[in-house]
Amino acid sequence: MRNVVDTTPEGNMVLNVGPQHPSTHGVLHLFITVNGETILNLDPNIGYIHRSIEKMCESLSYRQFIYSTSRMDYLSAHMNNHGCALTVEKGLQIEVPERAEVIRVIISELTRLASHQLWWGSLAMDLGALSPFFYAFREREMITDIMEETCGARLTMNYIVPGGVMADIHPDFQRKVKEFMVQFKSKIGEYHELVTDNVIFQNRTKGIGKLSKEDAISYGCTGPTARGSGLSCDIRKIYPYSAYKNIQFNEIIETEGDSFARYMVRMREMEESVHIIEQLIDNIPEGEFQAKTKAVLKLPKGEFYTRLETARGELGVYIVSEGGTTPYRIKFRSPGFSNLSALNHMVKGHKIGDLVSVMGTLDLVIPDIDR
Amino acid sequence: MENEHLLNSLQTGFPEAAIAIGSDWPEMSIESTQLLEVIEKLKGSDKWDFDYLFCETCVDWKTHFTMVYHLSSTQYRHSMVLKAKVDREIPQIESVVKFYKTAEMLEREVYDLFGIQFLNHPDLRRLLLTEDWVGYPLRKDYHDPINMIKL
Amino acid sequence: MFSIEKILNSFHEWLSSMLNQNMVMLLEMALIAFFAITLFATLGLVLVYLERKVSAFIQIRKGPNRVGPFGIFQTTADTLKLIVKESFMPDSVDKFLYQLAPFIVMITAMLLLAPLPFARGVQIWNINIGVFYVTAVSSLSVIGILMAGWASNNKYSLLGAMRSGAQIVSYELSAGMAILSIIVLTGSLNLQDIIASQENGWWIFKGHIPAIVAFVIYIIAVTAETNRAPFDLAEAESELTGGFHTEYAGMRFALFFLAEYINIFIVCAIGATLFFGGWMPFHIGNWEAFNHVMDFIPSSIWFFGKTFFLIILIMWFRWTFPRLRVDQLLNLEWKYLLPISMLNLLVMTLIAIKGWHF
Repeated sequence: MRNVVDTTPEGNMVLNVGPQHPSTHGVLHLFITVNGETILNLDPNIGYIHRSIEKMCESLSYRQFIYSTSRMDYLSAHMNNHGCALTVEKGLQIEVPERAEVIRVIISELTRLASHQLWWGSLAMDLGALSPFFYAFREREMITDIMEETCGARLTMNYIVPGGVMADIHPDFQRKVKEFMVQFKSKIGEYHELVTDNVIFQNRTKGIGKLSKEDAISYGCTGPTARGSGLSCDIRKIYPYSAYKNIQFNEIIETEGDSFARYMVRMREMEESVHIIEQLIDNIPEGEFQAKTKAVLKLPKGEFYTRLETARGELGVYIVSEGGTTPYRIKFRSPGFSNLSALNHMVKGHKIGDLVSVMGTLDLVIPDIDR
Repeated sequence: MENEHLLNSLQTGFPEAAIAIGSDWPEMSIESTQLLEVIEKLKGSDKWDFDYLFCETCVDWKTHFTMVYHLSSTQYRHSMVLKAKVDREIPQIESVVKFYKTAEMLEREVYDLFGIQFLNHPDLRRLLLTEDWVGYPLRKDYHDPINMIKL
Repeated sequence: MFSIEKILNSFHEWLSSMLNQNMVMLLEMALIAFFAITLFATLGLVLVYLERKVSAFIQIRKGPNRVGPFGIFQTTADTLKLIVKESFMPDSVDKFLYQLAPFIVMITAMLLLAPLPFARGVQIWNINIGVFYVTAVSSLSVIGILMAGWASNNKYSLLGAMRSGAQIVSYELSAGMAILSIIVLTGSLNLQDIIASQENGWWIFKGHIPAIVAFVIYIIAVTAETNRAPFDLAEAESELTGGFHTEYAGMRFALFFLAEYINIFIVCAIGATLFFGGWMPFHIGNWEAFNHVMDFIPSSIWFFGKTFFLIILIMWFRWTFPRLRVDQLLNLEWKYLLPISMLNLLVMTLIAIKGWHF
């Protein structure tokens, strides 16, 4: 362990936040230099959950490595699998059937909704309002029940595979998704009433953690973090993939750049996801749910990169192949990694209590950062 | 700009570099010594305006390293790949932190896992592994009989 | 219906007929001490259970429902666990202060039970400066908290204790001003007189607008004084530290914990006495028949009903609002609540002089 001073030469105190901490949602260790209550510098110390997935995937076949990617950003597990499947399909030039594309998008949007709901509940909990956590989970339970019926698991689903999806949807899938949407639309107003319109909550998030658009571009920020600063970066809109090419939805952008703007971006994204699912849920085309692929996949020599939008931002899957059955090098460009690099800039000059608010609106999931 | 158009534009701008269309985007391969001036031109010029570095990584080809930079423009929405060849014996390359602040953590990760020294990096130290770790795990010749299991 | 006053009076006469005066007084003092401690313990149990059930109801889940019917023995089980837990003392603490701090907080809470009128004619000590006594003694608990933070020899505890101390001392001002607004109307500090003056209606209705403003300020100020959410920076310090009671375990921690709930009960009881009439039933002016009907419900039920209504209100706040940051908290007090309460006091004085209340 490196020697960390307790007091800097100027007399400022160095405190540890984490790695075990109720507010960091994962094992994130921060060294903050404070003068009284004001934060002067923040130094993240990550790597507590580094499992070297990239090195491990070099010895797993193209069908096997997808299972370890579910564990990276476990709240948007389907979208990680989707990215890997898209890259492999790009390399092998596989045509995915229409039915599978539509099912993939519906499942991805449900995952995005579940991830944002958990984010909302834990943000409110970190700021002291302990009840919204339960309300968020009440709706999230409906989504995990749908996932359990169709995909077989509640958290790390491994449903999307190269060529399509693993199995066809459950007969009750459409009915349950529609029931969930009715329930969700009736509750989103309550979410706004309880937390968004609360004066105390607004005082704790407005004007906190400002990130300008130029800084968002320079720090490589992505997802709702960057869209809250006015940067238009929704991969589903700019470089559409899968069934996103054929549907209508809006990209949500706020220009303020503070915590409240990032919060509102995610709240409105939830409503857009419902809109997307509504367009697709009744129009699932008939057909195959998986294209015919060989048992052992071998990508040709070359490099393949896929960009897609997870709940946290842009995920990049970069595969370098030398023609074998295992990848030569895989790199996962994680959204949390670049969002975390902007954290130091965002909290300088704020109080310790604001650190919680900024980290909550960045929506960091540490296994995604550490891989 | 479309890929073809961008490819022609880059070829006119950098006549001595090797540029081709890869699987998605134009790929430009340069030597590690030319990195800073190439990036300055790509970022600063109005017709390209590559201001968003969305991926920076390294690939170990056993005889040399290749640093791979994926750049994109938030204004024109075009992307490209920049590859710089780095010597294996003395792996050193300039840091691009002064152009893209996101490179600070990305380059620390590459240093941690591959051992490439980034010159003029403000704070080059290990990121994911502990301070006293010996070796660079993502290199192809890394052996660790205790921690690595051959599958 | 039955009356506690009559039972106590007949008990006192029965004792006086058997023993001489001094013995009677000593025996009654011992009984009252025993009663106060029992009330302290029972109230603690009931309030913790109530908090868990209220929070569960707000969070759409059931609370404790396994230990005993509807989980009513849950707190007994918790108290038993805390009693048998090892109450260790870290090496580097200041031993005397560390052991003394929980007792100061607990003794202050118990002393405040003295002037409260629980029912018609049931009061441990009818002192003529009742309200003044309550505000003065409740300020002493700050000493206990600061002592706990200092003696723990832990910089995070000290941080939490200092924040808590600053918070309590600031909000006492607004609470005091709100209480004064009602005293101005009654003209007496004696709690029995205050209740008697509400015979034709509670002050919150008779005093109309300034009394309602005073009540709102009072509720906000006492929520802050007892370190309850949304002002619980010192207690639920999930941000950085554990607060002043980090280094306490076992029975010592239980004393802090119980003293907090007793404090809530006491401030709600004072609020009920001043604004809602204490044990006085709900009377409207001189509607004789209505008042007579209201009098059938025993006065102790009125008192506890009003107090528990205010307690549930304060518990409701905790599970609804997010937390305030420490500088926002002090801002609220010094820049908003204090000027408003001072202005309110002036308005109330004007109304009392001119007689513009009901």
